[in-house]
Amino acid sequence: MSTDATTEAPVKVEKKREALFSKKNVQTLRDPLDDNNPITVQVLGICSALAVTVQVKPALIMSLGVIFVTSFSNLIISLIRKSIPTRIRIIVQLIVVAMLVTIVDQVLKAYMFDVSKKLAVFVGLIITNCIVMGRLEAFALSQKPWPAFLDGIGNGVGYGLILIVVAIFREFFGAGTIMGIQFVPQWLYDIGYVNNGLMVLPPAALFIIGIYIWWQRSRNTKLVNVS
Amino acid sequence: MHSNQYTLIYAAVLSILTAVILAVTAEGLKPAQEANIALDTKSNILKAVRLDYSERGQIENAYDDNIKEMVLNSSGEKMEGVDAKSVQLKNEINKAPDERRLPLYVYQGEGGKQYYIVPVRGVGLWGPIWGYVSLENDFNTVYAAYFDHKGETPGLGAEIAEKPFQEQFQGKQIMADGEFVSVNVVKTTAKIPYGDEHRVDAISGGTITSNGTDEMLKNCIEPYLTYFGKVKK
Repeated sequence: MSTDATTEAPVKVEKKREALFSKKNVQTLRDPLDDNNPITVQVLGICSALAVTVQVKPALIMSLGVIFVTSFSNLIISLIRKSIPTRIRIIVQLIVVAMLVTIVDQVLKAYMFDVSKKLAVFVGLIITNCIVMGRLEAFALSQKPWPAFLDGIGNGVGYGLILIVVAIFREFFGAGTIMGIQFVPQWLYDIGYVNNGLMVLPPAALFIIGIYIWWQRSRNTKLVNVS
Repeated sequence: MHSNQYTLIYAAVLSILTAVILAVTAEGLKPAQEANIALDTKSNILKAVRLDYSERGQIENAYDDNIKEMVLNSSGEKMEGVDAKSVQLKNEINKAPDERRLPLYVYQGEGGKQYYIVPVRGVGLWGPIWGYVSLENDFNTVYAAYFDHKGETPGLGAEIAEKPFQEQFQGKQIMADGEFVSVNVVKTTAKIPYGDEHRVDAISGGTITSNGTDEMLKNCIEPYLTYFGKVKK
């Protein structure tokens, strides 16, 4: 044996690790924004889209809550997916989601009290938001943690996008403000303009979402034959 | 396929883990949450005298400088050593009127005018409703009112927490010819044997919450009349 320091490097079969932001992962992140939007295409999570979109601020906070819950529950479930007993699969998912939502609720009460008062029961209802459980079943249970996490973020942001668009319309036409800042000038009120009362009620959200779906499908050719 | 034993152990471990995480979070955040609630209570009491502040500093200063707290008993005497904040209205309203402890907040306003803020609590449709009603120093005219609720229906019963409903109470009167009649929350078409200064409009579609508010005012303001009678003299 020679005494020099060259050692034979063992030939390793490199397992191909997917880049953090590979094309597939970016696709996972981007799809829910438009092509596979949870509200307008998957038709999930409509209930809270009606309830919290009266003003932009609560809609924004709710979106952040859903992004947090969906992404982390996707991550957690994906991490433990191989160990979950099949028979209690749904309950396990539910426990994870409920725990995350409770944490969000507690944090809001501690650090954003006025928002937590406005959102009141709706934060707890994130548990019932179909998007969360829907993505767990459809994606997290069968995918690796990182893509699952990205999918959660993507769906949360897609949901948030719709929520904020609806909220902007409802707050602007229903109260003349956006994020509490008055946009409709006083002189308009003086000459007879009145805030639209219908915008403050839930049906307005349904109308706006309907119009959004119409607009979305007419410009996105991929969605033409999606039922 | 996982065995039954595995499933049971898994379920048990998951439950315990979740419980521990939530307990730790709740305990850790409790001080911040309680501070928020205390500030919110002060802010609401100020709203009952038409002061709407959102800044912590403003609320604390306005409250500490101008509001005096006291707890009365049913004979109108001050109860020493009892902190107004420690009196839980939800327990007091279930007691008989002569056993109740009655917290009262006195606001010293502009020009030395005093306003008497009475906390009220009652039952709505889905849960408790509560608020603060302030009276001018004639112990008759309502200066302003603030109401809130836990889970009344948005757009219906929940309207009691909105300004338009609350502003109706400004200037209304609770006494008629020396008799306590309260401010009645009734339908516009309902006939009551008192004038307009003793009624406000109930909420369309929020009948039970409106009735609850009506009851709440009668139930909670009446015990204070003994004290008011004493101070008036």
